[in-house]
Amino acid sequence: MADQMTIRETAAPAVGVRVPSANIYAPQWRNFVFVAPFLFFFTTLLILPLFWGMWLSVHKADTFSTGRFVGLDNYVRLVHDKVFLQSVWNTFYFVLLTVPALALIGLFLALCLNRRTRTAAVLRTLFFSSSVLSVTIVTLIWRIVYIPNVGLLSTIYGWFGATAPAFISDPSLAMIGIAIATIWWCIGLPMMLFLSALQQIPQDIYEAAALDNANRWQTLRSITLPSIKRTFILVIIIQIVLQFQLFGQAWLMTRGGPNNLTKPIVLYIYDTAFRRWDLGMGAAASEMLFVLILIAAMAQYLVTRNKGDQA
Amino acid sequence: MSAPSNSIKGRAFGDRMLLALVILLSIIMIAPVLWVIGLSLKENAELMANPNSVFHAPYTLKNYINTIGTSSVFRWVLNSIIVSGGLTLGTLILSSLAGYGFARLNFPGRNILFVIVLFGLAVPEQAVLVARHQIFSMLKFHNTYHGLILPGLSASFGVFLMTQYFRAIPKELDEAAMLDNASRFKIFWKVLLPLTVPAQATLGIFTFLGAWNDYFWPLISATKKDMFTLTVGMASTQTNFAQSEGIGFLMAQAVFAGAPILIIYLFFQKYIVTAVSGAAVR
Repeated sequence: MADQMTIRETAAPAVGVRVPSANIYAPQWRNFVFVAPFLFFFTTLLILPLFWGMWLSVHKADTFSTGRFVGLDNYVRLVHDKVFLQSVWNTFYFVLLTVPALALIGLFLALCLNRRTRTAAVLRTLFFSSSVLSVTIVTLIWRIVYIPNVGLLSTIYGWFGATAPAFISDPSLAMIGIAIATIWWCIGLPMMLFLSALQQIPQDIYEAAALDNANRWQTLRSITLPSIKRTFILVIIIQIVLQFQLFGQAWLMTRGGPNNLTKPIVLYIYDTAFRRWDLGMGAAASEMLFVLILIAAMAQYLVTRNKGDQA
Repeated sequence: MSAPSNSIKGRAFGDRMLLALVILLSIIMIAPVLWVIGLSLKENAELMANPNSVFHAPYTLKNYINTIGTSSVFRWVLNSIIVSGGLTLGTLILSSLAGYGFARLNFPGRNILFVIVLFGLAVPEQAVLVARHQIFSMLKFHNTYHGLILPGLSASFGVFLMTQYFRAIPKELDEAAMLDNASRFKIFWKVLLPLTVPAQATLGIFTFLGAWNDYFWPLISATKKDMFTLTVGMASTQTNFAQSEGIGFLMAQAVFAGAPILIIYLFFQKYIVTAVSGAAVR
């Protein structure tokens, strides 16, 4: 640092132009030019719609008319709408089905595949590969697994002379069917997050443990798991935020049925705003989803910030 | 001496159990895909008579020929390429400029603006969809390419990533260039931008993949069949699951749509994994 200071001080007079380093970083309006293009799109396509949506949620509006002010009427109608309450429950149920499974299976895979062998590398590639597919392909694949007659599941059950569970049409199984397809689709991310956390644990701790004759279970319990505790919380929160936004799988596999039992909040918003064209109520529902997700995002911010403090 | 040998035996048994579980999970990952590929190679009538016929010949490419010949798949692929490519290019330009601005330059209100941009990371798409759709209706942006591209340009993630990346580059590089009387833009363009190529690749692939797989916005914005992206178009044909050209045809479409993205993944795996995990952790 001292060297650089002297270089700068001696170089500046030599060029003959004074470049006082304090002034290079002084605020200047023309520097704004670099961030202006992005801020234009950010303001018009994110900030404006965000407030526009809040405004819509207190209006009775359809696509082309801005509607009339109805106060909190849309929200009152929402909390009295059985279908909306069902969709909130469905979303929580879906989160409960998928998030713990994703975290635990992801952790298990990461622990098993955290080694430098070729097989482990191939398996890591395999388990992440489904994550790059679109929701359309994933649902197509899983519908063909579940479908009666030519489905994979019914074929396998057929070998044993049994009837496969009706994962899409049975009311008590439909959401579980969607959850299984979702876990299959999303398992790559938690696995990768755990893997990168595992790789950050210093190797010498393990060497010390080996010298102390610690067995594998002890090592796992007293070194590995405590070291990745924060990653575990982070994975849980990230998945809660992601799975809260369930839409494509439910829409494409079950259309929210049977009896709205697999209709999540986002599908309710889609139905209300873009099929019944009740934009005000759709906006109100999306504000409620926004608050729920914001709470989870705040938790994520707090967890990641703590990480910075400790580092 | 018996204790260590016991524990080694126990370890081997435990290893085998873990291996068996991992293999079982791998099968669950692969089997549905193999099933789809199998069905795509069979005549519909034969499948309906006996699903087990997947396991033996005759196989046919008829479903693939039908996919390429009769459906709008090529149009949808073209639309997806235009939309994803346009969004990726736009995101790279906007994020690089803004990232440099936030990391290196000072202007009035910089810190508060950066906090607001970071807040954008927490806003889910669904919170702005309804209003955005109404605004785009008024501007007559629906069923156009810019209508599909523009919303993605407001995403903060790229700016966040590029800002972090520019901050990690030593400031002495800028200062040395400044002594040579280089302009701000010249420093950005000639000195710093070439150093950000890895970040550009990560952001580019992440953006492209996200746009390619996006479903919700294209579903509500592109309502004309000619403007469907591949994701929406494929979804529209699978609604009439049983009645359409048959299961094999649908499966051929799924393979046709999924294979390119899987091949790209195999080539750019490192960048894709970095991008996706980086985006999640932020």
